[in-house]
Amino acid sequence: MSLEEQELSELKSKIGRDPTFTELQIVAAEWSEHCSYKSSKRHLKMLPMDGPLVITEKGYDSGVLDVGDGYVVTAHIESHNHPSAVEPYGGAATGVGGVIRDILSAGTRPIAIFDGLRFGNIENDLQARWLFKNAVTGIADYGNCLGIPTIGGEVEFDECYENYAMVDVAALGFGKKENLIRNHIEKDDVVVLMGGSTGRDGIGGSQFASDSLESEDRSAVQIPDPFIEKLIIEAVLQARNDGLIRAMKDLGGGGLSCAVSETADAMEIGIEMDVDKVHTRESDMHPDEIMVSESQERMLIVTSKTKLKKLEEICNKFRIGCSVIGHVKFDNQVHIKKGKNTVANLPADVIANATLLDLPSKEPSYLKTIETEKKFKPISDYSKLMMKLLASPNIASKIWVYGQYDHEVGIRTVVKPGTDASVLRLDNGKYLSAKIDGNPKQCYINPREGAIGCFEEACRNVVCTGAKPIGMLDHLQFGNPNDSEIFWTFLESLKGLTDFAKSFEIPCVGGKVSLYNETPAGPIKPTPVIGVIGLIDKKPSVPKRIFENDCLLIIGDTKDELGGSEYFEYIHKFVGGKCPAVNFEDSKKNMRSVIDIIDKNLIKSAHDCSKGGLAIAVSEICMTNQIGCNVSLDVVPGEKLDVDRVLFSESHSRYLISFDKKNLAKIESVLKKNNVSFNQIGHFGGEKIQFNNNSKSVIDLNVEKANEIWLHALPNLVLHGKKTV
Amino acid sequence: MKVGVLVFPGSNCDRDMYHVLTDVFHLDAEYYWHEKELPKNIDAVILPGGFSYGDRLRAGVIAAHSPIIKDVQKMAEKGIPVLGVCNGFQILVESGLLPGVLLKNESLNFMCEWTNLIVENNMTPFTNQFKSNEKIPIPIANGEGRYYVSDDALKELKKKNQIVFRYSEVVNGSANRIAGVCNEDGNVVGMMPHPERAVESDINPIDNKPSSLIFESLLTKMGVSK
Repeated sequence: MSLEEQELSELKSKIGRDPTFTELQIVAAEWSEHCSYKSSKRHLKMLPMDGPLVITEKGYDSGVLDVGDGYVVTAHIESHNHPSAVEPYGGAATGVGGVIRDILSAGTRPIAIFDGLRFGNIENDLQARWLFKNAVTGIADYGNCLGIPTIGGEVEFDECYENYAMVDVAALGFGKKENLIRNHIEKDDVVVLMGGSTGRDGIGGSQFASDSLESEDRSAVQIPDPFIEKLIIEAVLQARNDGLIRAMKDLGGGGLSCAVSETADAMEIGIEMDVDKVHTRESDMHPDEIMVSESQERMLIVTSKTKLKKLEEICNKFRIGCSVIGHVKFDNQVHIKKGKNTVANLPADVIANATLLDLPSKEPSYLKTIETEKKFKPISDYSKLMMKLLASPNIASKIWVYGQYDHEVGIRTVVKPGTDASVLRLDNGKYLSAKIDGNPKQCYINPREGAIGCFEEACRNVVCTGAKPIGMLDHLQFGNPNDSEIFWTFLESLKGLTDFAKSFEIPCVGGKVSLYNETPAGPIKPTPVIGVIGLIDKKPSVPKRIFENDCLLIIGDTKDELGGSEYFEYIHKFVGGKCPAVNFEDSKKNMRSVIDIIDKNLIKSAHDCSKGGLAIAVSEICMTNQIGCNVSLDVVPGEKLDVDRVLFSESHSRYLISFDKKNLAKIESVLKKNNVSFNQIGHFGGEKIQFNNNSKSVIDLNVEKANEIWLHALPNLVLHGKKTV
Repeated sequence: MKVGVLVFPGSNCDRDMYHVLTDVFHLDAEYYWHEKELPKNIDAVILPGGFSYGDRLRAGVIAAHSPIIKDVQKMAEKGIPVLGVCNGFQILVESGLLPGVLLKNESLNFMCEWTNLIVENNMTPFTNQFKSNEKIPIPIANGEGRYYVSDDALKELKKKNQIVFRYSEVVNGSANRIAGVCNEDGNVVGMMPHPERAVESDINPIDNKPSSLIFESLLTKMGVSK
């Protein structure tokens, strides 16, 4: 937990002397990968960050989007992988806490939480099951207590996460533009530490997260207290309403060290503070422990001397700690004292700006040898295979997970979890839709196309609600960046995301990079997770109940793209094949068309085709509507393919549209005008999910039976260790 | 008429309840922090849901000792309508204003889902607009929502018509599928499901009219015309 030799000599030359012990701890925390982004920062600049709706202000921890009528939406994403791998309950819970405070620091009220969870193979890995179960409880206990609805996310299992946990949390905030914290500081302003006490938990957490997980260093894991966080939210929002906050930053990785130095650096000021003024949990803490502790539920607030009393009164009302720990100076120094003695005194820009690295990259050798095609034994019974897929952990219903999250509190949730993307109503009559998506199986086979695919899938999901994508959050998770092959996969993913973002004019409003995600068996698969925020000006598409004789139509081509698919990997245990690739022009046309027909109120529901392909997407519609469907595979638009490939290809840009027969002509005319590839492939009715090829039955499933399996497979496995099929 | 919405540290449905009272039913409502006194001119009191004191020790037990609860007790004795929702129900039970206790759900998990209530007692200030046995689609969201009373106490509740709402099917293992009860006088009602999440059509996927009757009952009781 210290600086590299070369970094130490660099620090010495920058300050012209030997650093003190406390200085060393502060700089080590801030120069860690976790806080400094030293490996990734120079490359992240390629992402487009500006757009007509983006509001930028120095020092914001979250992205801000103008949604009109004087309102803004804020967004951020974080992960808590290392802590969750050691202590899943606390790690996941504090992951929620951290991202919520990022939303709060802009001066907006958090209104939604999303979580992306990834673990090892829970079918045979008991550790993975334990991690999964406890991470879910951690998120539930924290988010539910805060009264912020958890309205979406994803859960995935893959052997590459054996003995590890990927916990990504995204959050959205909402507020009035005029209430945004402006982060403007004036002379004589005071620096206040608000919230929970500073203890010995989470010491060195940011360095812990910047290294491969070798020891289970539990003291580096933070302890969650959602009750204190809830009080902080209310206290901060009241202080915001009363105009008591000049600047604000949450305490996350690197604790006080990072919050103080980053605030000083971003505002171009100096801060002088005294560690003796910090309210601590234990009496004998060292200055450096106080500076790098990552105890949760703390906010750094800069206020004026005249408004301090009012701020203290608010903290008093909520019975939360409020210590004046220092004041603003204009010497650009971070000056840490213990009583009268100086323990650290460094230029803020030195602490806050680690020297950026330019790491070498090289195409991984595995990509040259990975098999692109394989012949499988013919499938004798597709209905049986479907049952197996419906019960597979990656496809089975996740209601066991989101049923534990309060997704109604705040009374904004118009479209509930379990559909493509949830929708929230906003105070200006507009609606917000958001989704996060990842796909490490595809990203492993093709880091560039895989990452683009995650981005497009998240877009598809919000488009299915009638929303236009207005912003993106990227969370780039990879193994050790010093491995040039891993770094290549990082760069490829980033380049792909950049191309897509530029072409679709969707600005990146926030993001995070998490490196050193390594398990005893090696690095994780490249795991970018992309969040997309969409805005609906009029009415969202709330899925309507499908009845007998309603029609099913597919938009988009089905291609021979099964690399990383559940069919290849879960059924045939084959890692390889051709990764689905997004054709940007088709993607745009298809998105526009779906939004068009939703706007014209022509459909009952739109559902995207993703994991498990067409076969699973159709089944999901049937199961949620408790109605059968008869689908003809031979009329599915796209390449001429074998029947298994049509069923399970995971080609992008595809949407399944359900509608009343009477609207067929109108829908067709919109789609023809937009020149998109589409076809009516089936109609609803009866109690069976049927797929035919040239009038020959391929799949014949009872809806109710399929639904039973799909709904109960996950809890059966997690709670009883029982495989359903 | 004026409705007081109590706010405890950790309440998190107070704003939702306030919105429904003021924006949907156009009532005069005001928040009261748990350390404040309730003014004499309050016509009804609502304890909203949330996690008062982070559910520490037991849901609702610490908030039940808040200064404001003494005033709620006085008002309850005077016959003023009092409604506790979710954590508010837990607080009313812990403060002795309502019988029974609320235990961890049978699943041992927090549960958030839509369910159906059956109105058992349509004489309370919050149910007087319902027909007996009317069905209400409504969401629950709780970890400690399993209502429990002893068999003898349950007989008493039935005899005195204190069971206000029951779930239409087994949801969380509650005794007699009880979802809400009232005191002997019928003016203090507690319920685990969230009516404030079900009265607006755009967030209620089934039917928002039945839940609205809970608030319309209060309006009727107060003599406010719709």
